[in-house]
Amino acid sequence: MWQLFHKLGSPKWFFGIAAWLMPWLLVGGIALLMAGVVWGLAFAPQDYLQGNSYRIIFIHVPTAFLAQSVYVMMAVAGVVTLVWRMKLADVFVKAVAPVGLVLTFLALFTGAVWGKPTWGTWWIWDARLTSMLILLFLYGGVIALDRAINDEKSAARAVAVLVLVGVVNIPIIKYSVEWWNTLHQPATFKLTEKPTMPAEMWVPLLLSVLGLYLLFGWLACLRMQTEILIREQRTRWVQDLVMAGRH
Amino acid sequence: MKAVFTRDMKVAFRQRQDLLNPLLFFVMVVTLFPLGVSPEVSFLREAGAGILWVAALLSVLLSLDHLFRHDFDDGTLEQLVLQPQPLFLLVLAKTLAHWMLTGLPLVLLTPVLGVMVHLEGNSIAVLCLTLLIGTPVLSLIGSIGAALTLGLRSAGVLLSLLIIPLYIPVLIFGTGSVAAAADGAPVGAYLALMAAFLVLAITLAPFASAAALKISLSNA
Repeated sequence: MWQLFHKLGSPKWFFGIAAWLMPWLLVGGIALLMAGVVWGLAFAPQDYLQGNSYRIIFIHVPTAFLAQSVYVMMAVAGVVTLVWRMKLADVFVKAVAPVGLVLTFLALFTGAVWGKPTWGTWWIWDARLTSMLILLFLYGGVIALDRAINDEKSAARAVAVLVLVGVVNIPIIKYSVEWWNTLHQPATFKLTEKPTMPAEMWVPLLLSVLGLYLLFGWLACLRMQTEILIREQRTRWVQDLVMAGRH
Repeated sequence: MKAVFTRDMKVAFRQRQDLLNPLLFFVMVVTLFPLGVSPEVSFLREAGAGILWVAALLSVLLSLDHLFRHDFDDGTLEQLVLQPQPLFLLVLAKTLAHWMLTGLPLVLLTPVLGVMVHLEGNSIAVLCLTLLIGTPVLSLIGSIGAALTLGLRSAGVLLSLLIIPLYIPVLIFGTGSVAAAADGAPVGAYLALMAAFLVLAITLAPFASAAALKISLSNA
């Protein structure tokens, strides 16, 4: 078990695992996301209150979900960086921060598109929207700090501290809908309760969330591989790999 | 810890301009709003608390760069880190000195500016109280950003980028309590939440700043 843990921490080993894992993640992700989105957009029943406009939920909820969980994953990786000084954790944070930024932006954008027909406005200073906007700023800060520090090790640890400080925002986003009475509707999914929607609505939603998770995994592996190649460019195995690719 | 605190206070009083600048900045930012948006009494009464809070926030942000910078430049900071005392206590002492030199004067100046933006007596009292609880939180959270950006080029802008998102909750509850007071609603819950922020910041922020300082120093 410990041996596996240590091996996973080695960039070379991870590179191999990622290469093996990536096709599965990509194919599975595309399949699930397509199934969820097509089912949701074309076949799921209309909402009794919002008609067809609710259908953006099949894109909005997965992106919003991922935007937050990517930050939590970064925080976990930040702890690993600070406590165990594991190189891969830092590679992960560096690789996925821009992905998280884009996902947060997409969540805000699709939310705005959904808000226009249902609330009659693109933007409102509601608790959940504002806290998601703060999440966008946090991702931006993480990326900016990472770029500003030249030394790789210091950058990794400084970013880890910042990510951990920023994680206080996640529960605020999560509970904003319950703590404040605002326009945004309460959470669609809860792990502990039976969904209130009919199965034809929540099953495709679940599929698209899972699909996006897998796609995120694929993208994270890809970006981490790139980062590893850059960092380890002087090592023997990377040079061998590059030379082998030339033939 | 006490030595660090008194030393920081003495150094600051020898350079009075540094003390005065954030205050002048505070007054000037507040002045921009009646001139730039509207001098109407009704508008100012409504927006006054928010304007004062935003101005206070910006002026604390502006002064944060000084928190560790001088000591970092002349090497004092490295000596402090090597002291046998836990680093977070030293950070706490420095942050406390920073608040006494920037946050507290802002709070003392607030009644004057409150009258200038036509706030009512009750609102001014609540505003002063929220700033009194809130500005130490700003200093404490800010110390993390100041420690992280120490020794970097363009540290000032980066510092604002990192810290403003973390300031937003404090701002929301600080201005919310004044709005509640203006409506005649009870403000106890708001003040309790602000106090909770303060307790949380005092207990956690010095540790984060100490960790960040060590990283920045190993980088230099």
